[in-house]
Amino acid sequence: MYARPKNIEEALSTLASDNWKVLAGGTDLFPNLKEGGVNFNILDISALADLRGIKETQAEWIIGALTTWADLEKTPLPRSFNALLQAGKEVGSIQIQNRGTIAGNLCNASPAADGVPPLLILEAKLDLVSTHGTRTIPLSKFIKGNRKTSRRMDEIVKCIRVPKKKCFGNSAFSKLGAREYMVISIVMTAARLEICQQNRIRESAIAIGACSETAQRMPSVEAAIKGKSIEEALGTISSEHVASLDPLSDIRAPREYRFYAAQQLIKRTLINCQKIEDNYAN
Amino acid sequence: MQTNFRLNGHQVKLHCDPTERLTYALRERLNLTGTKVGCNAGDCGACTVIIDGDACCACLVGVGQIDGSEITTVEGLFDESSISGLQQEFLENGAAQCGICIPGMLVSAAALIGKNKTPTRKEVEHAIGGVLCRCTGYSKIISSILNFTGKKTKTHKNSAVSSKVIGRSLQRIDGQDKVTGIDKFGADDFPADALLARVVRSPYNHADFNIGDLVLYKKENPGIVCVLTARDIPGENCFGVIPEFADQPILAETRTRYPGEGIAVVVGHKKTIGKLDLNEFPVKWNILEPVNTMEQAQADGASLLHQNRKNNILTQGYVKRGNIEKGFKNSKYIAQGSFTTPFIEHAYIEPEAGYAIRKNNRIEIHGCTQAPYMNRDSIARIMGLPATSVRVIPTSCGGGFGSKLDLSYHPYIALAAWTLDRPVGILYSRQESMQSTTKRHPSDIEIEIGCDPCGKISALKFEGNFNTGAYASWGPTVANRVPVHASGPYKIPNYMARSRAIHTTTPNSGAFRGFGVPQTAIALETTLSELASAAGIDELDFRLLNCLRNGDPTVTGQSFETGVGIKTCLEAIKPKWKKAIKSASSFNKNTINPVDRRGVGIASCWYGCGNTSMSNPSTIRVGLTKNSQIVLHQGATDIGQGSNTVITQILADAIGASVDCIELVGADTDITPDAGKTSASRQTFITGGAAALAGMELRRQILRYANAGEDAQLIKKGTSLYIKNRSNLNKVDLSHLPANQFGYVLMAEETYDPPTTPLDENGQGNPYAVYGYGVHLVELTVDIELGKICIDHITAAHDVGRAINPNLIEGQIEGGIAQGIGLALMEEYKPFQTENLHDYLIPTSGDIPKIDTIIIEEPDWVSPHGAKGLGEHVLIPTAPAILNAIRYATGATVRDLPATPDKVFRAIQKAKNTNE
Repeated sequence: MYARPKNIEEALSTLASDNWKVLAGGTDLFPNLKEGGVNFNILDISALADLRGIKETQAEWIIGALTTWADLEKTPLPRSFNALLQAGKEVGSIQIQNRGTIAGNLCNASPAADGVPPLLILEAKLDLVSTHGTRTIPLSKFIKGNRKTSRRMDEIVKCIRVPKKKCFGNSAFSKLGAREYMVISIVMTAARLEICQQNRIRESAIAIGACSETAQRMPSVEAAIKGKSIEEALGTISSEHVASLDPLSDIRAPREYRFYAAQQLIKRTLINCQKIEDNYAN
Repeated sequence: MQTNFRLNGHQVKLHCDPTERLTYALRERLNLTGTKVGCNAGDCGACTVIIDGDACCACLVGVGQIDGSEITTVEGLFDESSISGLQQEFLENGAAQCGICIPGMLVSAAALIGKNKTPTRKEVEHAIGGVLCRCTGYSKIISSILNFTGKKTKTHKNSAVSSKVIGRSLQRIDGQDKVTGIDKFGADDFPADALLARVVRSPYNHADFNIGDLVLYKKENPGIVCVLTARDIPGENCFGVIPEFADQPILAETRTRYPGEGIAVVVGHKKTIGKLDLNEFPVKWNILEPVNTMEQAQADGASLLHQNRKNNILTQGYVKRGNIEKGFKNSKYIAQGSFTTPFIEHAYIEPEAGYAIRKNNRIEIHGCTQAPYMNRDSIARIMGLPATSVRVIPTSCGGGFGSKLDLSYHPYIALAAWTLDRPVGILYSRQESMQSTTKRHPSDIEIEIGCDPCGKISALKFEGNFNTGAYASWGPTVANRVPVHASGPYKIPNYMARSRAIHTTTPNSGAFRGFGVPQTAIALETTLSELASAAGIDELDFRLLNCLRNGDPTVTGQSFETGVGIKTCLEAIKPKWKKAIKSASSFNKNTINPVDRRGVGIASCWYGCGNTSMSNPSTIRVGLTKNSQIVLHQGATDIGQGSNTVITQILADAIGASVDCIELVGADTDITPDAGKTSASRQTFITGGAAALAGMELRRQILRYANAGEDAQLIKKGTSLYIKNRSNLNKVDLSHLPANQFGYVLMAEETYDPPTTPLDENGQGNPYAVYGYGVHLVELTVDIELGKICIDHITAAHDVGRAINPNLIEGQIEGGIAQGIGLALMEEYKPFQTENLHDYLIPTSGDIPKIDTIIIEEPDWVSPHGAKGLGEHVLIPTAPAILNAIRYATGATVRDLPATPDKVFRAIQKAKNTNE
């Protein structure tokens, strides 16, 4: 069966009626079709026009579930979203960025999902809706493992909420891969920094992807660099700070290298945050 | 369900499954085959279309999702009366080689220009970053887009009014169809009533099997028309590109020896068969112990893949000259190393496809191939038919690079169409293409080189093992070529090189641009640079000191009185090398940036054109009709490299007529004589040689008939032929001449077979009539913290003997370099793990630097036209030059390819520790 509802109520009641796979941008669903093609029910939510685009309220930025990577550029966003924007430009290719949705990237829950670290540092939450109502879950709890989320079969993600009180400072994103475009990360990092007037790090949020089953915030790094200048922070970061990671050895890189590259990439991302700060200051 | 949308400006209604991929609907329902299917996963971009202004992969969109949208495909970028300016630029710049990626490129470019009228180079690279091209190295595609948007780069407009066409950058003769999406590839033109064949394949490295109840299987799956197994093959269930080594079953009988080996063909109606889950095919597998590495294969008691091949050795190659022990004894400096390279996948963007049709007692095969005659003869044996009963009509070939020489899909459809007396088509999936077709041989190489105190090479010892996979394919060719080429273009008095092709239960290794020589050059050229460093001699000067000159004996004892172009190539590179070294060393000294280190590296190549010590003739037929039409029967399949254009150019000059007077027919085994395979860098050299001979012969006949002098010019006006002698123009009256069986009033058919001799037991002899030479200079930056390489610039000098079409030569060089970059930095095929184009990485538009080419013409008149081959040479020096540049920048030696960031990083750490 296939359904392409025009409004969310219809979508939810359809979803409650049977087992459905949700189709939005299609950039994960179609490549993963197995032998035999589509032999399951598809709920195509791509016509739910209300779910596309970014809105601002007094307390939050709200990214509709159908907002594509390419859509991000269409809305002026605070500098703390830079990491998300940069990630968006490195997701697959332009073809993927034009169709693929940010929420879909979260729901697919790949360990190397480009959208997760930039949203972890913004402490994003997701609204999951069903005929039973809405529940809001922090992203860090939403993704439960490799390709596992806490979304129930009768729910769809309606939007991603970013609290404005986590939108201070600058953010940056770095991705390490073996080629320029269409590459799955060996390691990726996102960092958000609030720098006080004495050029010291007042507050930071750092996340690493592709180095464990799910992308992680790095509280040990955040604690270690608090109150330091960027230069001091760069000298502080060491292997013990990334010990919480659990990277795989796979076709892209061995585990040891990922541990090492994660540290380097954090440092670069911090430097990039500073560069953005300097650009704005000038 | 009904979907309404606008397509290329017209309203369209489709009634179909809304989850059907848009690619399928466009191609199968709307007959718009310009949108190509390369992967069905968004990894290659060949299916790019514009949806509401945005470039999207049509393979990732369900038809139901485009209701109300506006779609533009490549067919919508031009109208029937004219091609768009963008397409014109693609055509003029030679942006299309095989052309399979071009629709995706054009559409991506159009989407970019729709939003940004004056993009920068970076923006162009970004816009096409999602479309893979395996032929061109992207350079000419990028410059075409920049030219169109007003940033004029170098172009190849021909203003010269010379009557000769050799040496001119003519546009591709078959280029127009390639830039409009009209060109028909293997999957693009099935008859409407064609059934579809799918192949059931082994999921294991090594297994015995029993096929279950097929009657029941057919009953449960009513879309199946028939299932064919080994039992149904009327002739020999065995093929191979080299008859003495033929060992591969078309369909395995009881045992499979590599993952992806076919065991049955399921044929049925397109719609149902396409959706059939072949995992449900009734077969019982008995998994056998695999023999996956060369070590395992050679271990005592290892099970033999083929009972008659001891130690799983398919064959060996050997070349010996002088006294190797004495040579090393006299060496002051010695460098050595062990190198490994992995399986490399050809990754052409067109997966294998074609259809077969039975016409009474003949079978016709239409599809992609590099070797129509060889395919014809093999199919005849398999079908138990005389060769004259088989016709192979190549469609355009969406990239080959060696893997489309071997039979793959062809016998399956031939068998099915013959058995059912209905047309049967086949479309390999990307995974199937990667799993089941040949790869570049993984190699395990030990090399040792010594030189005297002055830097003269005194000895070289080479041992190379090549994993040839389950069946022979081109393993013997690799084993023969490697020891001949392991010396490089250098004079080496004491030499011993041995190669082995070893069977394992992994994919078949076959032909891939260079037949083992690229792997060999990696070991040779990096070790040579280390030896130069040890001797304290500049790497380029060291090569100049040792390179072959006219008259010098090669390691097989052959000497060439003319045409040894390596010295000229090195000398052409020398000023660039000096400048690059200066700039890199000043960057490294003065930079405050602690992360980036610049490196500069060079490497040379030589490569024998044509088959090794074997006759490999090409024949060209050219005829003149009553209506003064010159018709060229050109059987050299153009897989993108440009033989349609180059052979026509050679012919035109040989006849003394303009290219417009020539009508090109073929390739087609019924109407073109055998021009051999498109491999071994042989078409320009050998088929070109045949074209030159045929052209000269036809000219002689015309001049004799017209009683005209040697220097007369032939001119065609309308349907009349004129002879121009100084200022006199005389019409040649052809109307009284009788037409021959081909319809020609005059005709020439000539064969060229380059002179070679067999190699003796020490590998001495004349394996090739000519070699081509080249040198690459790589400038790069190493991120020493992460081990990541950014290639900044490559300069390539190649000796082509005589440049027939400089723009096509540049295209070959740029494309070869792109494959060399992939080999060096990112490509590694692992069965079961990288059977797609997002885990198997090939370079994208962002991975290729600016490339400058220097064309050297060191003529060798062994052939009638002086041209040498080039197609394989162009990729050989790139990888070792990159590795040499990494060593220059960091001191690190990477000998286990690909040089991914983790390996480069580890090598840097190791170099640091050694120095401390």
